[in-house]
Amino acid sequence: MYRARIFITLKKSVFDTQGQVVRKSLQALNFDDVEDVRMGKYIELQLEAADKAAAEAAVRDMCERLLVNTVIEQYGYEVSEA
Amino acid sequence: MKFGVVIFPGSNCDCDCRRVVEQVMEQPVDLIWHEADSVDGYDCIILPGGFSYGNYLRAGAIASHSPVMGAVKKAAADGKLVMGICNGFQVLAEAGLLPGVLQRNKNLRFICKFLHLKVEHNKSAFTNACSPGQVLRIPIAHDEGKYYVDTKVLAEMEAKGQVLFRYCDAGGTVSAEANPNGSLGNIAGICNRKGNVMGMMPYPERSAEEILTSADGRLIFESMLRHLRQVWK
Repeated sequence: MYRARIFITLKKSVFDTQGQVVRKSLQALNFDDVEDVRMGKYIELQLEAADKAAAEAAVRDMCERLLVNTVIEQYGYEVSEA
Repeated sequence: MKFGVVIFPGSNCDCDCRRVVEQVMEQPVDLIWHEADSVDGYDCIILPGGFSYGNYLRAGAIASHSPVMGAVKKAAADGKLVMGICNGFQVLAEAGLLPGVLQRNKNLRFICKFLHLKVEHNKSAFTNACSPGQVLRIPIAHDEGKYYVDTKVLAEMEAKGQVLFRYCDAGGTVSAEANPNGSLGNIAGICNRKGNVMGMMPYPERSAEEILTSADGRLIFESMLRHLRQVWK
């Protein structure tokens, strides 16, 4: 059994409206050092796979086909034995 | 001409679409549950507005993998007309039947109001009953309507006449002030390269009868009928 942690964020080239609003709100709380905020999604799932490489391949396929809209989003993942 | 209106769990404009097709355009129409694996026999498929699957993950993402969408893709490949309105547009974009994506509105608010659309050209199955540059008064009601696509694809779309509707003011001027949601190029509606699949954020079925203060949306349904009658000739 493997555990996958998937991180989805907007591509750098895509303006992040929510992130900008959160940044402004942080500045209102005097966190003036915050220069940029990017909002994203975090997905955690458990899956059976023959080995780690197979688990990673399955996660990539899931990301490309459903979990991520690659027109505007990018993703990263960490797979470990659960 | 036979119309089919797909219902996903969470669709809520299906009966409005049915009413316009049946009562205003006087054409036969069926409601199609999302588990259907065939849409054979229909000339036009409408994906209605609403909140399919609660818009979980991304608006339209889950619905784009519904069983019926395989059949809708086949219908699109066969040249049938497919129209996605609001959430239906989001589903078509997620399904890859239309380019680009619909993001959260720029002001992060749900916007519900009447506004104006400029018809880019009338050489499409969805605008042939309009005149080029005609201004239509049609309402929007959405949270995620900011159209985005990368600049290379946008240039191709513009060159191929795939942009059908842009947000404008009452006089037909396309401006930043007339853009309700931050859409790239004020884009409100587009079609695929083949011209038989169209998505738009505004609701033509909510403005197809005078009692609703505008009957402009009817022109889009009329365009589809004209197109289908020519195909059938």
